[in-house]
Amino acid sequence: MNTNRNIWTIMKKELSRFFGDRRIVISTILLPGLLIYIMYSFMGNALAKNYGTDEDAPFHIAAVALPATIEVLLPDEAFTVERINREEVEAGKEAVRAHDLDALIVFPANFDAAVALMGMADSTPQVEIYYNASDSESLSAYAALTELLDGYEASLANVFDVNAPGTDYNLASDRDATGFVFSSMLPMLLMIFLFSGCMSVAPEAIAGEKERGTLATILVTPTRRGELAIGKILAVSIVALLSAASSTAGTLLSLPKLMGGVDESMSAAYYTAGDYAALAAVIFSTALLLVALISVISAYAKTIKEAQTTVSALMVVVMIIAVTSMFGSGAKTQLAYYCIPLYNSVQMMVGIFSFASLPAAFGVTVAVNLVLAALAAYALTRMFSSERVMFRR
Amino acid sequence: MNAVLTVTGLTKRFHLSARQQRLEGTRSREKIAVNDLSFEVDRGEIFGLLGPNGAGKTTTLRMLATLIRPDAGDARIDGASIVTQPEAVRAKIGFLTSELKLEEFFTPRYLYDFFAALHHVEPAVCAARREAIFARFGIHEFAETKVSNLSTGMKQKASLAISLVHDPDIVIFDEPTNGLDVLTARTVTDYLQELRAQGKTIIVSTHIFSLVEKVCDRVGVIVDGRMTACGPLAEVCAGKSLEDRFFDLYAEAVGGTA
Repeated sequence: MNTNRNIWTIMKKELSRFFGDRRIVISTILLPGLLIYIMYSFMGNALAKNYGTDEDAPFHIAAVALPATIEVLLPDEAFTVERINREEVEAGKEAVRAHDLDALIVFPANFDAAVALMGMADSTPQVEIYYNASDSESLSAYAALTELLDGYEASLANVFDVNAPGTDYNLASDRDATGFVFSSMLPMLLMIFLFSGCMSVAPEAIAGEKERGTLATILVTPTRRGELAIGKILAVSIVALLSAASSTAGTLLSLPKLMGGVDESMSAAYYTAGDYAALAAVIFSTALLLVALISVISAYAKTIKEAQTTVSALMVVVMIIAVTSMFGSGAKTQLAYYCIPLYNSVQMMVGIFSFASLPAAFGVTVAVNLVLAALAAYALTRMFSSERVMFRR
Repeated sequence: MNAVLTVTGLTKRFHLSARQQRLEGTRSREKIAVNDLSFEVDRGEIFGLLGPNGAGKTTTLRMLATLIRPDAGDARIDGASIVTQPEAVRAKIGFLTSELKLEEFFTPRYLYDFFAALHHVEPAVCAARREAIFARFGIHEFAETKVSNLSTGMKQKASLAISLVHDPDIVIFDEPTNGLDVLTARTVTDYLQELRAQGKTIIVSTHIFSLVEKVCDRVGVIVDGRMTACGPLAEVCAGKSLEDRFFDLYAEAVGGTA
């Protein structure tokens, strides 16, 4: 009873410290999500501006000897065609270089007649398309013209078709598409955000208090070292989870802009309440483990700076583990992988997001995380009792 | 004799790093900070632990406060062992040292209530005690001011009040007037005497002779981790001033003249 009361007293103090300081709330919880949203949205807009095309405006192209068979294939709403003479080709190229024209297409004389011979002539008619690769409109015009001419060429010898238009040959369901995209991106982002959240608060809560001499003031109360350790770990985990939630929300809200628009086939609604509960359990147990590990590092450090430097090295390890979610095909099925700390959380999240999680793997992951977090909390308890650690100079 | 604190053979050794060995001018890998220290403190008295810097006073008090463990020996505080019952000891004592700081973000009032909760003081009792001690030290004026905005004297008053939040019978003060202006130092020494009048037992470490002469009933002189003299003030002084007697004891302990 007293143990719970002491843990709660320590937690309340830690949470009052975090939430009572507007600067910490803004920098740890609000800013990460806001900055990620602004940064990703800005990146998405910039990418769209640089590499996107103005879909309403037709391509402005010049054509030499444009045959009637091709002219009918160029819709007025897509192409504005300026006819020029063969003597004006160099001027046309210059206009493409100067971004005044999107493309210049040069047909040989008697193109239709040469095509009609179907390869029986001495030489194959050459069509030249000049474009400017530094201009997204020009690149798009080139792609559109190439596709149009390839289609025309294929239609001349129409022996067979592959995937005729009008039918959706992609058999992946919207649910599968959602699972594929989410499982390849979100585990990595969640792990990194979770670690960043832990890293931003744990060193201050442990090494900061030790450095300022305020931790020792608590150590001379009857509070057990274990109660102090658990109270701090739980409070810091809550703040770290909020920080990670803010970053995740910022990412999810800006994702459509980053990916160039809303893909309506993807929806978080494909995941069940059970999936979300499992995800929450994995994330919370991972946060506890990360906070406990960072707390141990912070307790050993003499100063916040020393703690942050050491924790940065751990961040590299976490990032490497997190990136593994982007490779491989789905979550591991062998339970042994779920005994590896942190990697198990990444694999579990991949499994949940790809609708392929194994109940046994979930149990092993959460159990391993909680056992290791408890061991780290025990180590922290011992460190709080160790004068060599607490009064290290 | 009605000993409330019994210290028996208390010993503490510290490992010395290579750098510390150079600084200390020794090849020994360890330093004996407190060496087989034994003394008793009676209920209701003020006991002064007098010694120069580095003599082992703070280490002794840290062991008594269970912040560090002795390598040998034990101390019993009101029956509780500092080695085997550290939580019970911490519940019985109030400990104040300049090394223990108050978290600057919080106000004295918040911290008083926080430490009261850690000592399981009932809210109504806490409120009554807070009212009394805040009035005694004039803390009400800055009770809602963050510690970061308080002067050194105000912080010391707040620390003093907080160290007594659970109304302990035994109070340990490590250099309680260090760094204080004369007015605050006077407030603290007056309060030590008030606490004695209330029947509290007080152990004070200091290197200030006048403080010992003014408030202490008994004194222990500690040099190089060893108790060189211990007893009632008049007995230890042996007809000399405390300062003169201290330097005699110091010279005897280190060999040569002080």
